[in-house]
Amino acid sequence: MNKFVATGSSIALETPVIGRITRSPLRDENSRTEHVLVATNTPIHHDDMRGYGAILTADSTESLPPGKEPFPPIVHSLQKLENFCEGDVVVVRPGRGKTGPSTVRAIYCINSRFSNLLLTEQCNSRCLMCSQPPKVEDDSYLVDEALKVIKLINKDAEVLGMTGGEPTLLKDRFFSLIQACRDNLPKTYLHVLTNGRFFVYKDFARKLAEIGHPDLMLGIPIYSDIADEHDYVVQAKGAFEQTLKGIYNLGSYGVNVEVRVVIHALTYERLPQLARFIFQNLPFVRHIALMGLEITGYTKKNLKELWIDPYDYQAQLVEAVEFLADRGMNVSVYNHQLCVIPKSIWSYARQSISDWKNIYLDECQPCAVLKKCGGLFKSAENVHSSHIRAFREGPALATAQASL
Amino acid sequence: MTLNLLNQGIANKSERYTLLPFRFMQFGNEMLLVNDFGEYTFLPGEVFREFVNHKLDETANHYKELESLHFLAKAVTPMLIDLLAMRYKMRKIFLAGFTKLHILVVTLRCDHSCQYCQVSRQSPDKVKFDMSSETALRSVDLIFRSPAPAITIEFQGGEPLLNFDTIKLVVNRAEELNKLAGKKIDFVICTNLAPLTEEALSFCKEHDISISTSLDGPEFIHNANRPNQKKDSYRVTLENLARARQTLGIGKVAALMTTTRLSLDYPIEIIDEYVRQGFKSIFLRSLSPYGFAVRTHKKIGHDMSLFLDFYKKGFEYIIALNRQGIDFVECYARIILTKILTPFSPGFVDLQSPAGIGINVAVYNYDGKVYASDESRMLAEMGDDTFQIGDVNANSYEEIFGGPKLQNLMAASCNETLPGCSDCALQPYCGADPVYHYATQKDIFGHRPTSGYCEKNMTIIKYLFEKIRSGDKELLKIFLAWVRYKNISELTREPVLQPS
Repeated sequence: MNKFVATGSSIALETPVIGRITRSPLRDENSRTEHVLVATNTPIHHDDMRGYGAILTADSTESLPPGKEPFPPIVHSLQKLENFCEGDVVVVRPGRGKTGPSTVRAIYCINSRFSNLLLTEQCNSRCLMCSQPPKVEDDSYLVDEALKVIKLINKDAEVLGMTGGEPTLLKDRFFSLIQACRDNLPKTYLHVLTNGRFFVYKDFARKLAEIGHPDLMLGIPIYSDIADEHDYVVQAKGAFEQTLKGIYNLGSYGVNVEVRVVIHALTYERLPQLARFIFQNLPFVRHIALMGLEITGYTKKNLKELWIDPYDYQAQLVEAVEFLADRGMNVSVYNHQLCVIPKSIWSYARQSISDWKNIYLDECQPCAVLKKCGGLFKSAENVHSSHIRAFREGPALATAQASL
Repeated sequence: MTLNLLNQGIANKSERYTLLPFRFMQFGNEMLLVNDFGEYTFLPGEVFREFVNHKLDETANHYKELESLHFLAKAVTPMLIDLLAMRYKMRKIFLAGFTKLHILVVTLRCDHSCQYCQVSRQSPDKVKFDMSSETALRSVDLIFRSPAPAITIEFQGGEPLLNFDTIKLVVNRAEELNKLAGKKIDFVICTNLAPLTEEALSFCKEHDISISTSLDGPEFIHNANRPNQKKDSYRVTLENLARARQTLGIGKVAALMTTTRLSLDYPIEIIDEYVRQGFKSIFLRSLSPYGFAVRTHKKIGHDMSLFLDFYKKGFEYIIALNRQGIDFVECYARIILTKILTPFSPGFVDLQSPAGIGINVAVYNYDGKVYASDESRMLAEMGDDTFQIGDVNANSYEEIFGGPKLQNLMAASCNETLPGCSDCALQPYCGADPVYHYATQKDIFGHRPTSGYCEKNMTIIKYLFEKIRSGDKELLKIFLAWVRYKNISELTREPVLQPS
């Protein structure tokens, strides 16, 4: 889920280094340890190299000063270094074996609205349309890294996401992460994706609430108003009841919850009934996101069972959106192109696709509302609605445009 | 009718699904099913029979609908019970906090002699009919014993402005006590506005006090219902209404109407008067069967069916206004519609179960006697102290609000257990009213087939259900706007553009 990756060769890089990008040398040597210097003016003086977590350069090794002093690890011959901005937080990782290329990965991008920390790839559900298929290997290093990243993120960051896998499987370490955000990023809206099942334990919900994060939202999926149908989609028996009870527990402790619904061939039919179910049973949730399918991960494997042209479920989508909106529920439509949803619900459509995987098609280019449209997932380049088309400027469009 | 087969369902393992508890009634050509969480559905007769006989197929849409609305469950798990318990709790949330509305009758004296009024006295004898400072202060102390984090202190009479010193005393004392208690307090004065001095008005402004006045309709109705000595009540009310609105803001001044036999012929004129005077809502209230109203029944009384005709005419007119773009709410319907259209149940003392007497409302009379509701003290003014639950000058908070008197009344306050209510499909949308039934039938439990309360509420609830079932989308939008306290324009979007 990382936006920018650059690869190069490294010197003295033994273990992963996490640091904040600086593009200009820092005078104060004490503050250098938490920074990764992007060196653009090589060769650089010895004094200017000392103390950084790592040094990144596009140049080859010849331009670096030979010296006896222990320098920080250096990754050189890097491509696309211009993608790393002042303030980004990166992981610099040594290559596998002796010859593998070292990588620089941006975990937090200061200029992006969509920075997600991947906390684990393990999960207790197996959703048919999972975009991040779970793995069973021990990946606890991700938490260690995330804890370091949280300390380095710009204190004015507006939003930070956490995702998995299923973060609550980390148990106490999950709480440490939330705590770290509370302490280091108290002004940052923290959005955590979870299946909510673990909150079936009231104590677990209470512990999260007691951390007292000032601006926390849990995004929790519900795919159907019928238990068996939800359980089938997430491939876990009993998940529906656990998730529901989990949301109640969270609600009773005042933790903000967002309900996320992925719309596909197995869920579109009962979308209006699901909207009713959410309003009647979970009226306290803060937001409901009705989301289009991302053609990645398990979805690719299960495409035959899951695919429906969004154009063909407009009626259900409109009914669900209007039902919720009429009752004062805060509802959004994610991941849908404006040309496949009726204009009457344009005002609920959000530009929800992370910038680094957001594309528009050739036929989109002349569209009058392109700039307001959420576009497509990169993965949808070849699998998308057959009704994608450009809107022409005109009076018919004017009122609908105003609602965007 | 009730069908509570929960245990039976669990016992019989061969059944494919369990029926969850619900009630039902024939509704037109269909069956109306309602459960304790306020969910409802209409089923064709044959589907209903299939359903209750466990013959409904799992893949049928009716099956899913009934499962979604908690009428059936594939298996009754402890988790499901927990979830349903949450829903039930949401439905009874109005009980949280205990007594919230505290009514102080600061005087019985009044300058009007309304036909329907139970309590007004033209007496100049201040001592006899005014609440003393001592009683007022003891009442405030009791009010602050209430655990409710948000309370309303309402001043009634007589005409409460005639004893304004006591109002000031109570407000100041309450604000003083609240420095420690930290409650949210709303103050309301129920007044005919006639004795509204500048001093009283600026005091209201200073202490954020709301006004609730009486407006019975156009001049000829208002003056006939609410005579004062100069026969100019309507003019005086409107003049002072304007003054009050100017000083306090339009949202701080509400009006209530009382229905009399004269009113019954003029629902539209009364509503027009409310619209003309800039009110956004009206509460079409049936005449209370208490006090003078009972004595003068022949003159002004009306039976329930006449009121219901009046109500429906008025209601249709209000809907027509809304369709023309005039935002105007009928408040009684709003209470019921909230129960039907949302998972919530607003507390309204006369239309909730358990009834609000004592537990949601208490009346502190001028003489220190505490009553379980406003109607209770009206009965008391007729010499019947059945609903007196204590005396501020003699009893402790625990004796008044935890005493046997109130406990006995509570036994008749839950429609879940009342004969005739317990198996009524409309029960979750209705309430219980022991005081009404005592006043009309001399029995706090009451006899439903001859109960005016039952006739009124069943008629109105069914009437609203017919409206909802009609599938009129514009009307549903109007109802939702009411329920959400919004203007209809806030709920309208562009018409749906169908893809060509």
